[in-house]
Amino acid sequence: MSARFSLLGLVADALRGPSALKPHWRDAAPKPAYDVVVVGGGGHGLATAYYLAKEHGIANVAVLEKAHVGSGNAGRNTTIIRSNYLLPGNEPFYEASMKLWEGLEQDLNYNAMVSQRGVLNLFHSDAQRDAYARRGNAMILAGADAELLDRDGVRALAPFLDFDTARFPIKGGLLQRRGGTARHDAVVWGYARGADRRGVDIVQKCEVTGFLREGERVTGVETTRGPIRAQKVALAVAGSTSRLARLLDLRLPIESHCLQAFVSEGLKPLIPGVVTFGMGHFYVSQSDKGGLVFGGDIEGYNSYAQRGNLPVVADVCEGGMALMPMIGRLRMLRAWGGLVDMSMDGSPIIDTGPLPGLYLNAGWNYGGFKATPASGWCFAHTIATDAPHALNAGFRLDRFRTGAVIDEKGVGAQPNLH
Amino acid sequence: MLIPCPYCGVRDAREFTYLGDATVRRPDPAAPDAAEAFHAYVNLRDNPAGPHSEHWYHGAGCRRWLVVTRDTRTHAVLGAAFAGEAGA
Repeated sequence: MSARFSLLGLVADALRGPSALKPHWRDAAPKPAYDVVVVGGGGHGLATAYYLAKEHGIANVAVLEKAHVGSGNAGRNTTIIRSNYLLPGNEPFYEASMKLWEGLEQDLNYNAMVSQRGVLNLFHSDAQRDAYARRGNAMILAGADAELLDRDGVRALAPFLDFDTARFPIKGGLLQRRGGTARHDAVVWGYARGADRRGVDIVQKCEVTGFLREGERVTGVETTRGPIRAQKVALAVAGSTSRLARLLDLRLPIESHCLQAFVSEGLKPLIPGVVTFGMGHFYVSQSDKGGLVFGGDIEGYNSYAQRGNLPVVADVCEGGMALMPMIGRLRMLRAWGGLVDMSMDGSPIIDTGPLPGLYLNAGWNYGGFKATPASGWCFAHTIATDAPHALNAGFRLDRFRTGAVIDEKGVGAQPNLH
Repeated sequence: MLIPCPYCGVRDAREFTYLGDATVRRPDPAAPDAAEAFHAYVNLRDNPAGPHSEHWYHGAGCRRWLVVTRDTRTHAVLGAAFAGEAGA
């Protein structure tokens, strides 16, 4: 087990050189049975295992990952953290996640590079100003922070935006100062190390190929490393949820889509926080290495390819040029794609069932990273107590049957529009 | 991505608009299990990793609805037919 990190320890390790480097968690071999098996070694699965051990004293847990931890969406997102949602079912959950982010590094004893550099959503019309004022009020009611900036306020923060000649002039913005970014890989590693220190087995290169059943009940999983029995099987495999659900003959309110992200060559510090364009889908921040990290829409058609197409690349870059023409000669360094669970109302699922012994964490659309701490915290509560916490009471699977959906954009059951 | 429209020939996917799964069927609203059947029709999808039958609308071409079969793992288009004639 790795030692607790401290300043003195880091100095001592630096003097000892590379021989001081130790694995941050054990590469465990699977045992025949566990209390809980969490399928999916991304941020959500590892956070779930961590909070199961920490908050509920359930440490006889395995996290199964088909490749290595953090190699799916946890390593492919654009690292933004924020709690600027509108609807009652969403905003308290995301604000709880923001509060967990604020204490995460002390809790995990791990530098996750949480940087509250601000998230600024621009508006370009009176109607958009009204919508953002309403959203800001909803955020404040849920205990989050929000400020409505006028044009001069935006100009003071981001003078490089196109204020003078834009087709859609910038009228102001909604700013959440507590929002920002975190280092996505470090979040995964921190949760993996924290879970491991509490006794959780992290089993990599272990793909789930089937489920053990006793009647309706799910009693374990078949894997590429043999069968593993469990009292409770928890799925946290957003992007591939339907592939596992198919093994259980379940159909879910989810389509898999591809979301691309991009990073430019490195620049000196330029963009102070996260900026989103209000008249197209484009958002940008700057990494600590200096590259601009940006993205936009999903591809719009079902995909398991982890690879996008050129029309979205062009659309995202057009959005960037419309917002800040100064990036016109910037070179793009890399582009990549990840698979996202697009749900029928654009909101996630954290619930018991739908079969006995099964627990579901899915449907994160393109907003899963910011939710990582609260998703794990709520999923652990749901698994341990067999009932959702008040924070995820709106994220139940049966809301699609009852009609109590949480549709932030109000576009209906059309996943590619959320 | 190129889609072979039966009327217009092979055209860029940007000319088309995607709707989704072409295998779901609007249920009979008078059936006794209509509520459950409509829940499945509106919300539940197979979402396969592999060949997927899906509706695309050729808005910048012949303005007909197509049923396109496409592999979701590779984006390879395996075929396309007019929606009515494909029986969908």
